[in-house]
Amino acid sequence: MSASNAQDPAAAILEAKELKKEFVSRRGRERVRAVDGLSFSLRRGEILGLVGESGCGKTTTGRLIMRLIEPSSGSIKVEGFGAVSLGRDEDFAYRRRVQMIFQDPYASMNPHFKIKDVLEEPLLIHRIGETRAQRMEMVSQVMEKVKMTPTSDYMDRHPHMLSGGQRQRVAIARTLILRPSVIVADEIVSMIDLSTRAEILHLMKTIQADMELSFVYITHDISTARYFTDRIAVMYLGRIVEIGSQDEVIDRPLHPYTKALIAAVCEPEAGRAGIMRELMVKGEIPSASDIPPGCRFHTRCLFATEECSSLPEPELEDIGGGHLHACRRWKEIAEAMNEKRKS
Amino acid sequence: MSETTKAETAPVLCVRDLKLRYFTSKGAVRAIDGVSFDLYPGETLGLVGESGCGKTTTGLALLGMPSPPGRIVAGSIAIDGTEIVGISDRSLRRDVRWSKISMVFQGAMNSLTPVYTIRKLMAETWREHASGGQGDAAVEALMLRYLHLVGLPEKVLDRYPHELSGGMKQRVVIAMALFLEPKVVVMDEPTTALDVIVQAQILNLLKKLKRELGLSYIFITHDLATEAEIADRIMVMYAGLIVELGTGEQIFGHSEPRGSLPGSSLRELPSEPRRTSLHPYTQKLLASTPRLHKRVSELAFIPGSPPDLLAPPPGCRFAPRCSFAKAKCVAEEPPAAEIGPGHLVACWKAREDPEYERQ
Repeated sequence: MSASNAQDPAAAILEAKELKKEFVSRRGRERVRAVDGLSFSLRRGEILGLVGESGCGKTTTGRLIMRLIEPSSGSIKVEGFGAVSLGRDEDFAYRRRVQMIFQDPYASMNPHFKIKDVLEEPLLIHRIGETRAQRMEMVSQVMEKVKMTPTSDYMDRHPHMLSGGQRQRVAIARTLILRPSVIVADEIVSMIDLSTRAEILHLMKTIQADMELSFVYITHDISTARYFTDRIAVMYLGRIVEIGSQDEVIDRPLHPYTKALIAAVCEPEAGRAGIMRELMVKGEIPSASDIPPGCRFHTRCLFATEECSSLPEPELEDIGGGHLHACRRWKEIAEAMNEKRKS
Repeated sequence: MSETTKAETAPVLCVRDLKLRYFTSKGAVRAIDGVSFDLYPGETLGLVGESGCGKTTTGLALLGMPSPPGRIVAGSIAIDGTEIVGISDRSLRRDVRWSKISMVFQGAMNSLTPVYTIRKLMAETWREHASGGQGDAAVEALMLRYLHLVGLPEKVLDRYPHELSGGMKQRVVIAMALFLEPKVVVMDEPTTALDVIVQAQILNLLKKLKRELGLSYIFITHDLATEAEIADRIMVMYAGLIVELGTGEQIFGHSEPRGSLPGSSLRELPSEPRRTSLHPYTQKLLASTPRLHKRVSELAFIPGSPPDLLAPPPGCRFAPRCSFAKAKCVAEEPPAAEIGPGHLVACWKAREDPEYERQ
C-alpha cells in the first residue's frame, strides 16, 4: 500500500496508514473486520470521496478519522498530529482540526436548543470567545457563510422549525465555526430532498474553495461523488480496491467492483423501461465477520479464477497518474469486456 | 410497452379528478387537488416529485386508505371497472386491497414485525385479505411459490427480519404484496433505502415480475433517474397536482443508446440529448439530478419551497419558484393541455399561449 503515498507527503493534510478496526461481538464469537488495512492520504484543499455499499466500512473510517473510536491498529495523522492515544489537551487540539457533518441533521441536534445555542456550543467546549457577544458575533458570521440570512430570522428558532435543507446548513455551520482543516461529511445529502440536495452540495463547494478546506466525503452514491469530489476511493469490505481522480475512476474503472458499481447506476435517460440492466456482479456483499480469503471480491466477481481465491490478497498497484487498483486480472478483464462490446 | 400505452385496451386503473384533504386544526390541507390519470395493463406509470407533493398520499388513496386526518372529498377511482370511492371499509378490505390492488409501502422492509418469522408475517397478510377457503397447506405452497418468484430460498420462511439483508427484506415485502394476485401494485420508493447494486437487482426483479405475472405498477419515487429505468410513462407531481405527464422520451428526450458496458469514456458519449420535458418544474428536477456519465460543473436547484397547501396561491402553484413566471401565471391556474400525443403539461409557457407571449 505504500505506493498510494507516492505524492509529496508534505502536501498531505491527513494521512491514514494500515488502519484497522475490529469489533468483537459480546461473547467473542464473531470478529468483525470493519476496516481492514486502509491507507490513503488527503491533500490540502482536496475533496476525497469514500464510495461503497453499506457494510464496506466507510462510516467506520469516518468515525476513526474523527477519533470517535480508536483503531485496532494503524495510524491517522492530521497536520502531523497523531490521532491515536493522545492526552486530553492534544485530543482537544485534534478535534478542533477535524470536524464531522452527520447524515441526519435532525438526530444530531439537541431539539431543546435554539439555532444560536447549537452553533455556540462548540465555541464553549473549545473555550473560544471571551464574552457571549463575541461568540454571537461569530455565530452570525458563520450563518452568513451558509447563507442563512438575515441571521436574526433563524437565531432563535428550534431545529424542528427548519426544513431539512436549512437544518443541514446549521450542521455545516456548526463544523465551520471552529475553523477546522478537515471535514468528514458522512452521507450529508442522502436525507435531503433532491431539489435542495444540489443547493447544499453547491454551498459546500463554495465554502470549500473559500476556506481552503479538505473534505472526506463519504457516500454510497457515486453520482454525487462525480459532482463533488476531486478523487474517489472505492471501498469494498474494509479496504480500498481502487483510488484515483474522479474522471479516471468513473471513466476508466479498472477494478471489477468499481465497474459493477458504475454499471448499476441509473441515469435520467429514455429507453430503459423495458430492458433488464446487466449487472456485473453476483450475490450479495459477504459479512465483514467472514471476509473471503484471497481477493475479498472474488466471491462476487464475474471474472474470478482459482488464483483469485488461492493467492494472497492483491495490493494496490499504481498504473500511473495516481490511479491505483487492487486486481490481478485487470488487463484480462479489460480485454474480455472489449471483446464483448465488439460482439 | 408501446403497444399497451396506445390505449386500445381499457385501463386497469382509472382516476378522475381525485381530491383529498387533510382536515387539520389549522384548516383543510389540499394534498391532492384534482388528479386524473389512467394506468393500462402491463404498464409502469411513474409518479415523481419532491417530498410533500402528494405522491404517497395519492398511492394510499388508490387503496382507499388515506391516512388520518385525510379524506377523499371528490373524484373517482375505478380499479378494473370497480369504483372504490365511497364503498365500505369492509368491502375495501375484502374485495379490493391485495386482491385487486396492493402496495409496497415506503420503508416497509424496515417495519416488519421483528418478533415474527417471515412465515407468520405472510400468513398474517393472507388472513387479513384473503376471502378464505384455502387450507394451510395451500397457503404455504403459495408462499413458497412467491418467495421463489422473488428469488428467495425456502428457508427464508423460518427466518426473522433481522436475519435478512436489506435486499432480501425488500424481496419479502414484494412477495407479500403479490401473493394475493393483484393486478395493480403501488410501489412507494421501493429502492430508495437500498445500495445501488441492490437497487438495480430489485428494479430488474420488478421488471421480470411485471412481465411474468402481467402486473401494472404505479411507481412512486423522488428520483427521476429511477423512473427512467422502470417507468413507461411518468407523471410529475407538484403541490397536489400533476403538472406534466409523458412517456420516457417525452420527459427525458431522445438520445443514442450508449453501450451497456460501463467504462466508456466521456468522449464517446453522444452529444447532449434533446430535452423535451416542457414544464419548467420538470426541467429543473432534471437539471438537479446528478449525472454519472456527464460532467456537470453546476447542478441546478430550485430556490424557495413548495406552497402551503392550506391556502395555495391562486395561479400556477409553481409560479413563485419559476424563473419564467409572468403576470398570467400568478393570476390564473394553467389547465393541463395535450401538447404532444399523450403528453400533458399544465403550464402557460409550454402551451405557447399568445397572452403569455405578449407579456
